[in-house]
Amino acid sequence: MSRFLLPFGVFLVLLGFLFVGLKLNPREVPSPLIGKPVPEFTLPQLHEPAKAFSPQSMRGRVWLLNVWASWCVSCRDEHPLLVDFAKNHQVAIVGLNYKDKPDDAQAWLAQLGDPYTLSVSDLEGRVGIDFGVYGVPETFVIDKQGVIRYKQIGAVTVDALQGKILPLIRELDQG
Amino acid sequence: MKARHKRGLLIASGVLVLAVAAGLVLSAFQKNLVFFFTPSQVVAREVPVGKPFRIGGMVAERSLQRERDGLTVRFVVTDTVKSVPVQYTGILPDLFKEGQGVVAQGKVGDDGVFVATEVLAKHDENYMPPEAAHAVEQAQNAQKTLIGN
Amino acid sequence: MIPEIGQLALILALLLAIVQGTLPLLGAQRGIRAWMALSRPLAAGQFLFVAIAFLCLAWSFLTSDFSVLNVVNNSNSRLPAHYRIAASWGSHEGSILLWVLMLSLWMQAVSVFSRSLPREVLARVLSVMGLVSVGFLLFLLLTSNPFERLSPPAAEGNDLNPLLQDPGMVAHPPMLYMGYVGFSVAFAFAIAALLGGRLDATWARWSRPWTTAAWCFLTLGILIGSWWAYNELGWGGWWFWDPVENASFMPWLVGTALVHSLAVTEKRGAFRRWTVLLAICAFSLSLLGTFLVRSGVLTSVHAFATDPERGLFILVFLAIVIGGALLLFALRAPQVSGGGRFESISRESFLLANNVLLIVAAGSVLLGTLYPLVLDALSGGQTKISVGPPYFEAVFVPLMSPMVFLMGIGPVARWKQATLPELWTLLRWAFATSLVAAVLVPLVTGGGSWGLRLGLFLAFWILAATVVNIRERIRNFRGAVHERLAMQPRAWWGMILAHLGVAVFIAGVTVVGTYETERDVRMAVGDTVEMGGHVFRFDGTTEATGPNYRAARGTVTVLRDGREVLTLHPEKRTYNASGMAMTEAAISTGVLGDLYVSLGEPIDAQSWSVRVYHKPLVTWIWSGCVLMALGGLLALTDRRYRLRSTRQQRAAAVISPA
Repeated sequence: MSRFLLPFGVFLVLLGFLFVGLKLNPREVPSPLIGKPVPEFTLPQLHEPAKAFSPQSMRGRVWLLNVWASWCVSCRDEHPLLVDFAKNHQVAIVGLNYKDKPDDAQAWLAQLGDPYTLSVSDLEGRVGIDFGVYGVPETFVIDKQGVIRYKQIGAVTVDALQGKILPLIRELDQG
Repeated sequence: MKARHKRGLLIASGVLVLAVAAGLVLSAFQKNLVFFFTPSQVVAREVPVGKPFRIGGMVAERSLQRERDGLTVRFVVTDTVKSVPVQYTGILPDLFKEGQGVVAQGKVGDDGVFVATEVLAKHDENYMPPEAAHAVEQAQNAQKTLIGN
Repeated sequence: MIPEIGQLALILALLLAIVQGTLPLLGAQRGIRAWMALSRPLAAGQFLFVAIAFLCLAWSFLTSDFSVLNVVNNSNSRLPAHYRIAASWGSHEGSILLWVLMLSLWMQAVSVFSRSLPREVLARVLSVMGLVSVGFLLFLLLTSNPFERLSPPAAEGNDLNPLLQDPGMVAHPPMLYMGYVGFSVAFAFAIAALLGGRLDATWARWSRPWTTAAWCFLTLGILIGSWWAYNELGWGGWWFWDPVENASFMPWLVGTALVHSLAVTEKRGAFRRWTVLLAICAFSLSLLGTFLVRSGVLTSVHAFATDPERGLFILVFLAIVIGGALLLFALRAPQVSGGGRFESISRESFLLANNVLLIVAAGSVLLGTLYPLVLDALSGGQTKISVGPPYFEAVFVPLMSPMVFLMGIGPVARWKQATLPELWTLLRWAFATSLVAAVLVPLVTGGGSWGLRLGLFLAFWILAATVVNIRERIRNFRGAVHERLAMQPRAWWGMILAHLGVAVFIAGVTVVGTYETERDVRMAVGDTVEMGGHVFRFDGTTEATGPNYRAARGTVTVLRDGREVLTLHPEKRTYNASGMAMTEAAISTGVLGDLYVSLGEPIDAQSWSVRVYHKPLVTWIWSGCVLMALGGLLALTDRRYRLRSTRQQRAAAVISPA
């Protein structure tokens, strides 16, 4: 009997590694930015390039920073969720339009709806680098003191929104 | 008696095959594993000398230069903290772009230039190769710790 | 409306699968005939509903219904119609639906062609397959719904990944999945046998044709994938030892072992436990392959949309299916008797050696594929490594060479007992001829390494040993040679053909590996480069437009002895919807070799970087695989299987008169 259990044993070891491997998913790396102040930047706004935006102006409010681009496939997936979110909640969403052409970006928002309080153009992706962005879309939750509290890598999902982002915003709002 | 001998022979040859295979696997691992390093590690000289390894990061903006022969290219791979100059002769993959993630395999010369034998860019428009992402994360982590102190 | 019908069909299929996975199984254990009788109509119903769901998805793609998220993400109204249909399995959701479709197709096939099986066996087999189906239907409905709506609908889709817009990609996934899923039949037969406690030659005879069929599909699937990579990736390679490729190669290796070990179990009654274990392993590796590709735990050139949540689902499913099967094996195997005896030199022992080598090879591929993951896990995500082709080549060649050598001996060795002197007398000329050929050929063609000599020796050895085998085989028959040849059963001819396929494959791999030439050059209009006796002249590029892309279309004229023999048109495409650049190589295929030209990038207004390859005998690689698959198909058409099935019908009628 025992020697016939050998294949099962080997399989259990394999299973263990696969399970750990799942958790090590390279796309789930915790951001070193969490708990750190939001990187400072000043960028022109998408709709009014003459006006600049800097995170400094958001002090005292809980807000979301969403990195997006009109060329990005997954952004289209999460976009309806964001539009819906903007309609029903009083939380500011700032869009970081990453390596995009402003014309394409405006057309995209005109077509699919604009959930953003405002968007800023990061034409060359410099600010994206400061945020450790390695894929688009990504979403950051930033608290009243300007500290990054959460980072969503990839598209925002209903689960992430209901399970993590909204409870966190509520908690931060009270604090 | 005879049956037992035969059984022993079978088991012995099975074990022999396994032992040979294990030996092959181990020696092949020893010779052919390619470790992955970040540009920060390369700059800090924490990399093997004379052995090929992989580096990953982002191709720095406006760093791509083409030599006269049209085939040798130079570019800079950065993890946003430290940068390594890379030289490569050959045709770059379709998805190779400045500002995008890249992984290159090769050796570092005495002059600190990474001479790549292979350049990989992933076939996916949204994400950079995970190793490249890892390098950027690591470097930022290190930098944040330094600033924190 | 159509997508909702598809969704509903999937839910109905799931309900049927749940009943199918439980009642007939319980019925077989308790001897309730009415419950057992449910299995066939349930399988038919499931096939019907899954097919409806699949057609609904294909319809949504064909009509470019951009209110379906899956269509938006993977199609485009400018995409040609055949790629729109292929796009329905280009996405993660679609490919899992295809998986389920294939599974229900196999189930239906078992239910139609194995009507003559004893009632309990058929009920158990279909029930086990039903349980597998439950897992995948749940996976579809819970984590990867292919019919998810997008509201408001998008105006246009994001287009199918340009890499997948190739005829090879239209055929590759269905073939590969037919193979993967086909092993579920062998798996179900094995589990049914373990449950019923009946593991004998009859069992092997029943599951043999199914295993061979699955193996053929898998062989073709891998072959098409390799051909696609050669054509579409623009790197001129045909196999990269990429994790996703390895995921399909491991079941193939184990499946090959299974095909051979089943032959022994059927003919001699030996290796029973081993064969059952192989049947479990072959399907387990198919599932593992699906997990590796779909969960994103391994990085690969194949970047699918991956998702750890889906990975966890498949992992739990793997744990239940494979863990359960292996536990059942551990419980029941001790009760199975060993079966036919054989001497240490006999056809059985050669086949056993072949099995061990194939399994060890599969194990080393598994190790190489998972080692980066293991190291990553042990170091807490700090050590990243990659295991490249050099590892696999260093391990694989030494393991497979003795296997291929034994392939020449096994078929001529006698069952039960053979002697070395006898084998030596039979094969010494074959051995000497192939040795001499392996030494002489490199002298003529020039250069050559030990690897080349080894490869040539093995290819000639199989060829020569096969000739000996045919001569020996027909010696005891009467009549003219062609009559005697025609008398041999198709199963035997199938074996001969498949083995010759291996010889052709080895010759192709060896010659390409040794003599291929590759050059990256900068070419201005009118520049020439010489390679493999041909002169390539670059005649510049023109603008071209396709249905959904723009391209720079190069013209390269090939000259031989100063005469123009051929014009090649490599392209550099930019797809409109995704903005992705794609290299479309131009390949001139020939029996003796391919000429392969691809465009790099423009250097200035006049010149491009161009990659030129000469690949001698490269088509032999795929031809060899085709021969292997044809051999399998030929064996399937053997009269034996048909005769047996009618005989079984009679036997079954005798056993159950009531």
